[in-house]
Amino acid sequence: MATKATSAEDSAGTGGEGVRRRDFLNVAAVSFAGVGGVVAIAPLLVQMAPSADVLALSTTEVDISKVQPGQGIKVSWRKQPVFVRNLTPKEISEANAVPLSELRDPQTLAERTKPGHMNWLITLGVCTHLGCVPLGISAEENRGPYGGYFCPCHGSEYDTAARIRQGPAPKNLVVPDYEFTTPTTVMIGAKGK
Amino acid sequence: MSFSWAKAYEPKHPLMKWIDERLPLPRVVYGAVGGGYPVPRNLNYWWNFGVLAGIFLTIQIVTGIVLAMHYYATTDGAFNSVNGLIMRDVNAGWLLRYAHMNGASFFFIVTYIHIFRGLYYGSYKAPRELVWMLGLVIYLLMMATAFMGYVLPWGQMSYWGAQVITGFFSAFPVVGEPIRIWLLGGYAPDEAALTRFFSLHYLLPFVIAGVVILHIWALHIPGSGNPTGVDVKDEKDTLPFHPFYTAKDGWFAAAVLLAYAIVTYFAPNYLGHPDNYIPANPLATPAEIVPEWYFWPFYAILRSFTFDFILPAKLWGVLAMFSSILLLFFLPWVDKSPVRSGSYRPVFKRFFWLLVIDVIILGWAGGGAPTPFRNAVGQISAAYYFLHFLVILPLVSAFETPLPLPKSISDSVLHGEEAEAAPAGPKPRRTKTATAVVE
Repeated sequence: MATKATSAEDSAGTGGEGVRRRDFLNVAAVSFAGVGGVVAIAPLLVQMAPSADVLALSTTEVDISKVQPGQGIKVSWRKQPVFVRNLTPKEISEANAVPLSELRDPQTLAERTKPGHMNWLITLGVCTHLGCVPLGISAEENRGPYGGYFCPCHGSEYDTAARIRQGPAPKNLVVPDYEFTTPTTVMIGAKGK
Repeated sequence: MSFSWAKAYEPKHPLMKWIDERLPLPRVVYGAVGGGYPVPRNLNYWWNFGVLAGIFLTIQIVTGIVLAMHYYATTDGAFNSVNGLIMRDVNAGWLLRYAHMNGASFFFIVTYIHIFRGLYYGSYKAPRELVWMLGLVIYLLMMATAFMGYVLPWGQMSYWGAQVITGFFSAFPVVGEPIRIWLLGGYAPDEAALTRFFSLHYLLPFVIAGVVILHIWALHIPGSGNPTGVDVKDEKDTLPFHPFYTAKDGWFAAAVLLAYAIVTYFAPNYLGHPDNYIPANPLATPAEIVPEWYFWPFYAILRSFTFDFILPAKLWGVLAMFSSILLLFFLPWVDKSPVRSGSYRPVFKRFFWLLVIDVIILGWAGGGAPTPFRNAVGQISAAYYFLHFLVILPLVSAFETPLPLPKSISDSVLHGEEAEAAPAGPKPRRTKTATAVVE
């Protein structure tokens, strides 16, 4: 290419064979404009990603000191409902009694909770099927046959570890990133411990 | 226009002559929807629905522009600006809002009739493949526009519809969830999603109008089809668009607009869902989430996969739903029969009506809460939908013996078809549309 361009320099403007300097300049200019055009699209695309004010809400602090065993609360994190549930010993043993081979999305309760806080089941309240909010966070609501959550939209049934057992949902209820900042305070959205 | 006998535009007024010499726009209009566009003389009423779709697009754009003058695209203000400000305080706001709401439904009604007209009369066949495909592009744009418009009032169905439909993307492995978050500009529908939907809802109708121009342009190269499917042969076969079809389209448009007015004034919420009069609540799902009626057949296809088979059921549902429309792009090559009109295809005709019934059943299956019975019906009719296009149609077009075609359009119109009937072939039955009769 370089040698050709050099030799073409001699014949530039004479309409000779090979790559002329003008051809090279043409290709270089159009390529550079093309790269510039592609780069110019970038802001148009990235503006659609979550903005700083949305990301600023990415952690929510929850006081769980008043949630008794068997109770649960629904809190809002990143505009999505989060279920914080204090499992009873019976619910924990029910969850642990299920063999993993029976599960569509095999996970143990221990994997879905923090060490030493196995009674605190914290999941998104968003059905993994099509995003409805399942029922069951308060004991009066329908918890379905597995005692966890029941999605009224298409009948997905979750167990006491919020794992999918029956119905169209493909995955367990998602466990968000969170950490215990104190024994009675949870920071949802915080990566860590 | 390609026919040699098409009348050329002759400006009479000196001003029009002056304009024509500088910008021949009047000439283009005259050749497209005036006396300069020769149209087959035998079009029946099914050919009126393209013009009607154009009328409803215009109604939607006009009412939409004025509604946008009073609408607040914020999560706090949207619901009240629609249901409080526009419906109660803005002068004639209630009328404009109901007209826009029901205009969308009527736009879809006439478009569905227009699409099924094309399916029956083989309007997708050569040389009109691009007309058909551009029409499908318009239809996809309409669906996107209608979905985003339904989100704008920010009621419960708006919110949860947005949640479910953007949730389709999360069915795709790895890239799905990031795409969903990128589309929403957040982790759930919120301010960012609402404002971008408003922006795009305002934009897309003009994109539709642009594609409509391409659709008509592509149509006017070979000229309009007709109920016999026989090509135009000479001037006797055609009539100028104006005044003949402007008159027919005009009165029929008045009749359909009357029906539209009756619905808008006397049953404005009949086609909507009452839950959309509840403000959006991200923490509580309505008992059932159903889309607007024009999406029900596709919603049924989406829901018809309930078990995993290699891929997750949810991904199957999303793929099936998208492919149910995308396969229509290949229709010109799936249906290889050289006969266009279903009137001359006795086997095809029966399967066509089965498809119509199947789509109506799909609509029923997608329009209500999922019960085991409704799911089973939805699954069977979804399977039949694909069976029709992927198996039945190619087989029928390969093995069917079509009825004898008339020699020309004018023959079929002017002499009946006794002269045309060939002795070979099955004995045809007399129907309302032009078919051959053996005496």
